[in-house]
Amino acid sequence: MNSTENTDWLYTISPKKKLIDLNFKEIWRYRDLLFLFVKRDIITVYKQTVLGPLWYLIQPLFTTLVFTLIFNNLANIPAGDGIPAFLFNLAGLSCWNYFSTCFTGTSSTFKSNQGIFGKVYFPRVIAPMSVVISNLVKFGIRLLVFIGFYIYFVFFTNKAALAAPNISVLLLPILICFMALLGLGLGMIISSLTTKYRDFTYLVGFGMQLLMYGSAVMYPLSYFKEKLPEYAWLIEYNPMTVFIELFRYMTLGVGTFSLGYFLYAAVVSIGCFLFGLIVFNRTEKNFIDTV
Amino acid sequence: MAKKDIILKAENVSKQYRLGLVGTGTLSDDLKRWWYRIRGKEDPFLKIGESNDRSTKGDSDYVWALQDINFEVQRGEVLGIIGKNGAGKSTLLKILSKVTSPTTGEIKTKGRIASLLEVGTGFHGEMTGRENIYLNGAILGMTKKEIASKIDEIIDFSGCERYIDTPVKRYSSGMTVRLAFAVAAFLEPEILVIDEVLAVGDAEFQKKAIGKMQDISKGEGRTVLFVSHNMAAVKSLCTRGVVLEHGKVVFEGTSEASVDFYLSSGVTSNNSFYLNKSPKEVDVTEVRVINEENQLQNVYGFNQQIKIQIKFSSNAFYLNDAYIGFRLIDVKERIVFSSEDRIVSYVNGDLGVVEIKLPKSTLVPNNYNLTIAYHVPNREMISLLENIVNFNIEETGSEMFKYVGKDYGCVILPCRWD
Repeated sequence: MNSTENTDWLYTISPKKKLIDLNFKEIWRYRDLLFLFVKRDIITVYKQTVLGPLWYLIQPLFTTLVFTLIFNNLANIPAGDGIPAFLFNLAGLSCWNYFSTCFTGTSSTFKSNQGIFGKVYFPRVIAPMSVVISNLVKFGIRLLVFIGFYIYFVFFTNKAALAAPNISVLLLPILICFMALLGLGLGMIISSLTTKYRDFTYLVGFGMQLLMYGSAVMYPLSYFKEKLPEYAWLIEYNPMTVFIELFRYMTLGVGTFSLGYFLYAAVVSIGCFLFGLIVFNRTEKNFIDTV
Repeated sequence: MAKKDIILKAENVSKQYRLGLVGTGTLSDDLKRWWYRIRGKEDPFLKIGESNDRSTKGDSDYVWALQDINFEVQRGEVLGIIGKNGAGKSTLLKILSKVTSPTTGEIKTKGRIASLLEVGTGFHGEMTGRENIYLNGAILGMTKKEIASKIDEIIDFSGCERYIDTPVKRYSSGMTVRLAFAVAAFLEPEILVIDEVLAVGDAEFQKKAIGKMQDISKGEGRTVLFVSHNMAAVKSLCTRGVVLEHGKVVFEGTSEASVDFYLSSGVTSNNSFYLNKSPKEVDVTEVRVINEENQLQNVYGFNQQIKIQIKFSSNAFYLNDAYIGFRLIDVKERIVFSSEDRIVSYVNGDLGVVEIKLPKSTLVPNNYNLTIAYHVPNREMISLLENIVNFNIEETGSEMFKYVGKDYGCVILPCRWD
């Protein structure tokens, strides 16, 4: 027997768990699957609808309109000097939406892919990655809408006289990356926990609603500090607040930016992502037995 | 002896499952496990656990679906994995296809494993046939380029050309399956793991599918692990077999020997023996389903002899009028046929024994129940024992073996075709 044995096994299926077991070569081999998942997510959402992809425009427009009516016109929250409230809200909502869709999308990874995961193997991390990328495409569309309105307000009305994009807008891709990492990381943590304990599904539902109010989406951070200084730290330490404020700082020239908070938020995002990856890795091997 | 080229090797593979509801008590068990782990001790739950016998009640909440599985597969071999329901076949396949990981032990391989536990995984109803071929192919591990180079063959094999740009939700279920199998058939891994996927589609397509399977294993020299209840398919496709029982490998050998072992492992099952515990003065006392060697057996091959032995008591009053008969009922509760005879020729004193030989190679592979009637026709029912014994006929190569799982009747009869 011994003479016939050679030890160059291609791979081993075993119960051993490394802390982070990401096989980049394997993920690269499955890159086509990643893009096919993204394609599936994007094209199947509005199949058999009359307006089709127009829904990607209609949704943010109406939400922004309602937000402007309620929070700015009714509740009199100031958007900032010389900034149209509509543009202010569109900026906040676009960011928030990207984060929240990434988060909720990845948080149901195991449950919604149960059928596929139970039958075939492919690197599981492909599924949450595809969610983040397909949402990035949707975010891109929203960004185009935002740019469209920006141009309209700046060049065709004089309402946005003071709006000026900061030079730092060039760093926008980095900001988007951090938002994606945060959403992905948190989502992977929740998705791993939900396989065993379903309680977290309910938490995500209403938790996201509450978190939106705590992320400076429809008000400037400075205004909150002025009105409720004793609770301001709660909002300030929320990494999403930092990202949204920064986004508005880059694009509209309003909002607060401090390097310290940005570094803090960046570290939190990366930490969440790494921790999520570890938890996800542990879960993916056996989740089919517990889900 | 030629040098063995082992492509896959399983070493002491075990898999433990927890019974009952997940949720209650899991948190405390999880904490306990974690506490043991951080102190560097062995998982306490690995020591407990029982073999996985579904019908007997156990004390432990943990069972071993697989226990110390060891086997080797050589390159180009077609290994059949057989066993009853719950023997651990599917669990083994799940581990092989990396859907779940073993609790202990490991499997080493020298090739890419692709698994076909189900065809059509990941099909999306809103997408067209063509889009689904790409998606499904990618899920199964093909690259876009590979699929693109084979797409015409795949479409051709599926026979769904006309519908290929229509959303799959408009397909008939048969068409979906055809398309899905077509994608799977063009996979090119070194090791292919297949679970009962041949039992899909209509007769024409099944023939095509089995043909394709044979090409893959024989012509292209691919290594295949094949799980099936279709003994005829195992015999004809596989070169070697492994029999699982209660999560353990109980037999390993040629596919023929494995099938024979599997069939005869039904010997001494209590379903093939009935003992009347409180017989009346005149009554049926014992019923047995036995094989040619007069041993109890309840799983038979298609062309094996099945005998029914009935023991009964009688007296002078009934001797000349009473009949004993049986009724054979299949799994769909259809009466296949009945047969009876006067008892007089089988009685010796007050006791009688009769043996009935069922016709060989006639009953369709299926599960059968027997009802015994001891009566005086149109006058008195002395004893009616419904569904007291049962036996199982496995598909071991009837002329209808291609249609396992399909209902094509109760008997196979020789017909003359001119």
